[in-house]
Parts: sequence; C-alpha cells; structure tokens
Amino acid sequence: MDMETLLSFNWSIFLPEFLILGIATLLALFDLFLPEKVRRVHLGWLAALGTVLAIIVLCFQFTIPATSILNDTIYVDSFSRAFKLLILVGGLFILILATASEHQDGMERHVGEYYYLLLSALLGGMIVASSGDLITLFIGLELMSISSYVLVGLKKYNVSSTEAAMKYLINGSIATAIYLFGFSYLYGLSGTTNLKEMGTILFNYTTEGDLYFLIFTLGFIVVGLSFKMATVPFHLWVPDVYEGAPTIVTGFLSVISKTVGFVFFIRLMYGIFSRIPTEGNENLLIYAQVFLLGLAIFTMLFGNLMALRQRNIKRMFAYSSIAHAGYLLAGFATYSQLSLDTVWFYLLTYLFMNIGAFAIIYWLTEKEQSADIKHFAGLYRRAPFLAISMSIFLLGLAGIPFTSGFIAKLKVIMSALMVSEAQVLLVVMVIVASVISYVYYFGVMIQLYFRPEASPEKVKVSFPFLTVIAICVVATIWFGIMPNSASDLIYHTFNGFHDFLK
Amino acid sequence: MNILLSLIIFLPIIGVLLLSIINKNNEKLIKLVGFFATLPSLILLLLLVGKTYMEGAVSSFQEKINWIQIGNFSNGSEIFYEINYELGIDGLSLAMMTLTAILSTVASLISWHISKEWRGYYQLFLLLVTGMLGLFAAENFILFFLFFEITLITTFFLIGKWGNFAKEKAAYQFLIYNGLGSLILLIVIVTLFARTGTSNFDSLQFLLNVNEENVLINEITTFGKWALLIALIVALGIKLPIVPFHSWMVHVHKEAHPAVVMIHSGILLKIGAYGLIRVGMGIFPNEWKSASLAIGILGVINILYGAFLALQQKNLRTVWAYSSVSHMGFVLVGLAVLNEAGVQGAIFQTVSHGFISAFLFMLVSIFYNTYKTTELQELGGTAAKTPILSGLLLIGGLSALGLPGTSGFISEFTVILGALNEYIVLGILAAIALVFTAAYTLRAVLMITYGEQSAIVSGIDQTVNGSKRSQLRGFEWLSSIVFLLFIIALGVYPDLLTDVISDTVAKTIIGLGG
Repeated sequence: MDMETLLSFNWSIFLPEFLILGIATLLALFDLFLPEKVRRVHLGWLAALGTVLAIIVLCFQFTIPATSILNDTIYVDSFSRAFKLLILVGGLFILILATASEHQDGMERHVGEYYYLLLSALLGGMIVASSGDLITLFIGLELMSISSYVLVGLKKYNVSSTEAAMKYLINGSIATAIYLFGFSYLYGLSGTTNLKEMGTILFNYTTEGDLYFLIFTLGFIVVGLSFKMATVPFHLWVPDVYEGAPTIVTGFLSVISKTVGFVFFIRLMYGIFSRIPTEGNENLLIYAQVFLLGLAIFTMLFGNLMALRQRNIKRMFAYSSIAHAGYLLAGFATYSQLSLDTVWFYLLTYLFMNIGAFAIIYWLTEKEQSADIKHFAGLYRRAPFLAISMSIFLLGLAGIPFTSGFIAKLKVIMSALMVSEAQVLLVVMVIVASVISYVYYFGVMIQLYFRPEASPEKVKVSFPFLTVIAICVVATIWFGIMPNSASDLIYHTFNGFHDFLK
Repeated sequence: MNILLSLIIFLPIIGVLLLSIINKNNEKLIKLVGFFATLPSLILLLLLVGKTYMEGAVSSFQEKINWIQIGNFSNGSEIFYEINYELGIDGLSLAMMTLTAILSTVASLISWHISKEWRGYYQLFLLLVTGMLGLFAAENFILFFLFFEITLITTFFLIGKWGNFAKEKAAYQFLIYNGLGSLILLIVIVTLFARTGTSNFDSLQFLLNVNEENVLINEITTFGKWALLIALIVALGIKLPIVPFHSWMVHVHKEAHPAVVMIHSGILLKIGAYGLIRVGMGIFPNEWKSASLAIGILGVINILYGAFLALQQKNLRTVWAYSSVSHMGFVLVGLAVLNEAGVQGAIFQTVSHGFISAFLFMLVSIFYNTYKTTELQELGGTAAKTPILSGLLLIGGLSALGLPGTSGFISEFTVILGALNEYIVLGILAAIALVFTAAYTLRAVLMITYGEQSAIVSGIDQTVNGSKRSQLRGFEWLSSIVFLLFIIALGVYPDLLTDVISDTVAKTIIGLGG
C-alpha cells in the first residue's frame, strides 16, 4: 500500500476513535512527564472532555452513508455508529464517576493509569463497533479486555480486587482462546478474514461437510463471546469479578463491556452466520435459534435465581447483570424486524439504569467499606434523593411501567410475539424471570424505605456524582414515557440499520 | 381538545406535588391537602353522573394523542405498531370511576388514623387514586396495563409500610401474586397487540370477531384465543380473586392498614371484574360463551368456599376478607349466565360490594382504634360500650348479607334471577349460599355486639380528660353517613346505577350475540 492509497481513504469517519486515541496518548504522556505536585484528577476531566468531543463528532457523522477504509477492515455503518454512541455515552459517565471518586488501596498511586486505561478500553470497544474484519474485531476486543484486566486489579493492596483481576485474566484468556479457535475454522473455510467477503464465500461455496465445521464454529464463538456478554455458559466469573473490582470499574464491566460483547456477537451472527445456507432454504442462524433462545432462557433464570440469595449488593447486581444479558440475548435471538432495535434500546436503557445504580452503590459501599445490603437500610431518611433515585433504577431494572426498563422489556416481548412462529415459551420465561427479579429488586427497596437506619448521619454526595445520578434518573423516566425520542434515532436517522455490512 | 378525563385522572397528582413541598412534620396540613386533593376529581365525576342522568346517556369524552410508535422504520417496512394515549368512558367506566372517587375521598379521611410518615403515605395514596381512575378510563389495553401497574407499586408500599406486624410479608405476597398476574396480563396484551397491530378495546373487539381474511397482521387460531382467554382469566382471577388464587388477598386484608384495605377491597379487587367484562366478554365473546358454565362453576365455588371459611374465622378482618371472596363469586356467576340480568347483576354487585366492603373496613378501622384489636373473641360485647358503632356494624353486616332495602339485595337477587334462567343448578346453589352468608355475617356481628363482654372491651376507658369520649369522630360520622346513603339509595332506587350502566350491559349482550 503506497502513500497515495493511504491518503485516499476517508479518514474523517474514524475521527471519534482518533480523538479517544489522541486523548489517551496525551494523558499517558502528561502522566509520565508532569511533576508530582500536579493533581492527576485534572487528567480525568481532560479525558471526559475528550469523550464529549468524540460524542459530538460522532453525532455529526450520523447521516453519512456507510463507509469503509483500509480495505474494508474498518467499516462504519449506522449499526456501528448507533452502538458507538452507547459506548461513548456510557464511557463518559464512567469517566466522570471515576474522576470524582476517591482512590484507595493503591489506586491513589495510579490515578493517571485509571483514566487512560478507561479510554483505551473505550477505544477497543469503538474499534469493535466499527470493524468489518475478524482481525480488527479481535484487536478491538483484546484492547478492551486487557485494559479491563488492569482496571479490575487497580486496587493493588486489596486482596479481593487482586483476586478478581487474576480470575478475570485467566477466564478472559480462556474465552479468547475459545473464540479464536472458532475464528480459525472460519478463516480456514473461507480463506479470508473480511466479514463481507467471508459471508459471500460461505454463502456460495458451503458444502454439507463444511456445515458441521461451521456448527462447531458457531458453538465456539457463542461460548467464547458469552464471556463478554455475561451469558450462560461463560458467566461464572461475573459475581467474583464484579465484587472485587473497584465499583466504578464494575459499572464499566456491566455496561460497556456487555455492550461491546453484544456488538461483536451481532456482527458475527448477522454478518456471517445468517449467510450460511442450510437445508430447506434456511440459514445457520435460524438453525441455531433454538439453541440461542435456550441459552437466553437459562441465562435469565440463572441470573435471577442466584440474585435472590445475595446479601452483597455488588454480587446481586452481578447476577442481575447476567439476567439482563439473558433478556438481551432473547431480544436478539427472536430475529424479528425489531431485534436490533430491541437490543439497542435495551442497552441504552440498561446503561442509564445500571450506571446510575452503581454510582449510588459506590457511594454507600465506599462509605461503609462493605457492600452488604444492610447499608441501604433507612436510606430514605438519610438521603431521600439517593433513595428515590435508587428505587427508580430498581423499578427500571424490574421492568415497571413509566421507566425505560418497561419499554425495553415490552420490545423484547413484542419482538418474540410478532413473528408468525411466536416464541411463547420464551415470553413465558421472560415473565417468570421478571417475577423472580421483583423479589430481590423490591427487597432492596424494602431496605431503603421500611427498615430503620443504622446511623442518623446524613449521606452527602459530591456534585459530579449527583449530576450523573440525576441525568440517569431523568433518562430512565424520559425513555419510559417518551421512548420515541430514542427509537426514532434507529427508525429514521439510522433507518433500521439497513446498511448493515452491505 | 377535550381534556376532561385527563383532568379527572391527573388532578390528584397536583396533591402529590403540593405535598412534596410541605414540611413532613406538618401533620395537620398534610392530612388536609391529602383529603382536598381527592375532591376535584370527585366533584367532576359527580357532575358527569348528573349530566348522564339529565341526558339519559353517557357521553364518552374521548381523548386521543399519538404516543409511542414501534417499528416505524422510514424505509417503509410493513410493521408499524402504535400505542396511543386514548381515554374514553362508558357507563361501566363512569360507575367504577365514581365509585373510586367516592371511596378515595372517604379513605383519605379514614387515613387520618395513620400514625407516621403522613406525607409519604398521602403521596402514594394520591398516586394510587390516579392509577385507579386512569385504569377505568383507559380505552386501550396497554394504557390500562400502565395504570394497573401504578396501582400495583403504590399498593405494595402502602401495605408494606403502614400495616400491622406481618405487613412486609403481606406486601411481598401481594407483589408476587399480582406481579405474576399483571405480567400474564402483559403476555395477553402484547400477543393481541403484536397480532392485530392495535390495543384499542373496540378495535380489538371488531378485529377478532370479524371473519374476514387478512384483517390481522398474524392470525390468531382458535386455540390461541382459548389460550389467551384462559391466561386472562388467570391473570384477572388473581386480582378478583378466584378461589385457588386468593390467599394473598386474605393476608393483605389482615395486615394492611384499614384505610388501604378499604381501597383494596372496595376498588382494586373490582379491577378483576372490570377486566373480565371489558376484555373477557368484550374481546372473546364466543370463547366466553363456551366457557361460561366453567366460569359459573368457579363462581359458585368462590361463593361457597368463601362463605364456609368466613364462618370459621376468628378475626373480624379475615371474616370480611372471605366474605369478599364469596361476594366476588356472585360477580363470576353473573358474568357466566350470559343474559341481561346476569351482567347487570354482576356490575351492580361490583359497585355495591365496593361500598359495602369499604364501609365494613372503615368500621374495622374504628373498632381497631377504639379497642386496639380485631379478634372476634376480644371484641365481645361492644354494644354496651359503643352502641352506635355496634349499630353501624349491624347495618353493615345486614347490607353485606343482602337485606332487602340495601344495595346488596338488589345485586344478589338480580344475579340469582339471571342464573335461574340459564343454569338452574348454579342459581339454586347461589341462593342456598345466601343462607351461609347470613350465617357468617350474623355470627361475626353478634359475637362482637352481644357476645360475652371480653376483658379488653370492659377495660376500655370511655372518658377522656373527664368528659365522655365520643364513639365516632366527626369525619367518621361523615364517612358512615356517605356510605349508608349510597348503600340504601342503591337498594331502594337501583335505577340510579342501572341507568348509568345500561349502555355497557346492552353492548356486552349484543357482543355475546344475544
């Protein structure tokens, strides 16, 4: 590739990624060369500012038609932009919270790293979202994974944080090995790593013998990626890592990591597996539907049942996060016209509800040095705003009307019932899982309102935290009452992802 | 733009907002605001009822605003689902809304007995009122569901925070049972919505019962319709409650604060009946007709089971709880017999039992405040100490057992009349059950009023600061008079209600093809 072709690419569509990369590099340099006495907190605000810039640039690019650069390895279509928006908005909130939080147990010596590792993780996620090639997908995901391994272990002198990082690293590497093994089959059968080309080749030249390999491949990829999505069968790391990681990082894992996992998953499923023909005019994806729906059902039941018995709020949210991954997978695996819209909207609402909830959890767990649910007792009297916000997030997660969580769940159910072969069993399971989840979500609310407080001391929350929580509350209610304001972005601006890998 | 119904529904919210700026320790002001916030809706509704009498027909006051669109892809995809904010009333809605408004106002007075956290209580209470009013005015199924969930969440907190000793358990039971019920309802709603593209009651009724090709987005098979109807009966049966699903309700009646139970037993249980009439009979008339015998049998089981258990209860609250189960059986029987008398009787019973059970639980509240117990044994012989209160209990009991001249008589009489025409055995069984009703009601009332005087009753000090303590406080008098007025007025002149609901009855009968 000579200079001329290199310059002929439309690099501007990659501007949001470049912005994040630039800020991350800048931060690393500043952290290295600035004198000790300069407080590193400012770097965090710089990072947040960079993310805001990236969001603005991204918004201006919404209507640009799908473009690819670097021989289709980077492919920016409306799907990628929609999900990058989620990743960046979530990242912005996480950065604000990270900057405004206190750093303990060894974190205080690595404040700079905290911020630019978050940025590099974001960058990894964005690259995944705009990839049209297995290699870039892999690199993006690994960039995010490796950054988050370090982030989980940032509390150097805290045993459980270190343990979590270790577990996360080992499990993550196994997961990577598994899906990479799956990739090797894809490459072997098609001779290319480019998704579009691979789809065409597999569409035209798949023989019956290849099909068995491809079914195996699908299995490997689902198992490997279920690690990131936190669905069955690779979900058992979730509670331990969520519990040990610094709370803000847990928020990052539960929202952004999951989003990226789903983006990766959907790209592969719709990009490749939906193009592999099987007998009877169907494709491999439809062939695998029962399997995916089964996984989704297991995931939501497992998550909700395990969450019932948790006394530790972070573990409870870990299992709740597994359960929500189940709903998300269910929304995808119905393959209706609304599937992608459902997954996007669900992730959007989940972002606000979960980040808001983790901001509150951070504040209490950090204050009490323990994540036991009893610290929520009587919060209504100690900090009415926090208690009411927390209950709105919990109602949202439980899927109660007038919160965005309800609309998200409604879309999942709609998407399952609108296809002619309605997935009634799936819907029944979603309902059963939701009822189970009422028990523990309302259990927290019972603590908030009904139980007497341990100490009458008022809880004071810093301004940045308050802002993030308030925005999350407003968004949770707003998208519950006016879901159109978000869905229209998909329906009109992104035109229902019509240019998906085309 | 017609916003009358929205005004009626959302006016209590102003009270919620007002309360949030009042100091939480200002007990008097909070209680007053809580009371007055229920009044505007009540006044508007009474005016509407008056208008209906004058004109002889219910004006529907429809409102419609486009709200949520799902799947309106701009690349012209075929799927497009719309959820509108649409309100409108018919006779049944108007009757239920008026009942709601009256009971809410009275319950807000009785809630003055609440001893803590008045502000939070009244905020939740007013939200609950909004939920209930909206539910009866909703013209589409999804809006109905949204309001329904408001009542669910607010009631959970009202039970769990301001109840008796085992309130949290009762609240949990309420939540799980009703949460399950409401989510089953959601499946029904979404299936209908996804298959027909609308959730409007009238459109659904039209679309599902017109035998033309390609009316629906996706076909609903006969089996599907049956499954939906059964799911619906289970979902609403939890609320009503139909017998195997009733245990939560007994707990709630036992543990929640009496003012909450007034609302719960007076209105929330009736949502089940309302839904069965509106959706069960309205949208699935053919299946309902085929299932009617089974529903009637369920109804009779409800009547007998409730009555038998009420006979054995030791606590006044559980007596009335099982009595509610029994009385709701009459609603089921009325709906099952498929003739005009049956439907009219069922609706009449819904409204009349709303007043009667609320009245009874108001009395429970006063008894509890006077004697600090609701155990029948411990309440023995109150006639000597509180004759007026005991007299009111006797009147309440008599109207519950269906004494002629009270509204209870009209409704049960009409239902049995309807049943005798259709399923004679059910009619006879229901009539026999009335004997049991008399037995358990009189047993409870007589044990309390004339039973052997218990230590608690004789130990009660009737003088406060030297002067004789009155048995009923001013607002309790007022509430009692309101209840008695309605119970007797409906009993003596039933046309007050039948005129209003006649359009719904006629429409339901026509829908059933009779």
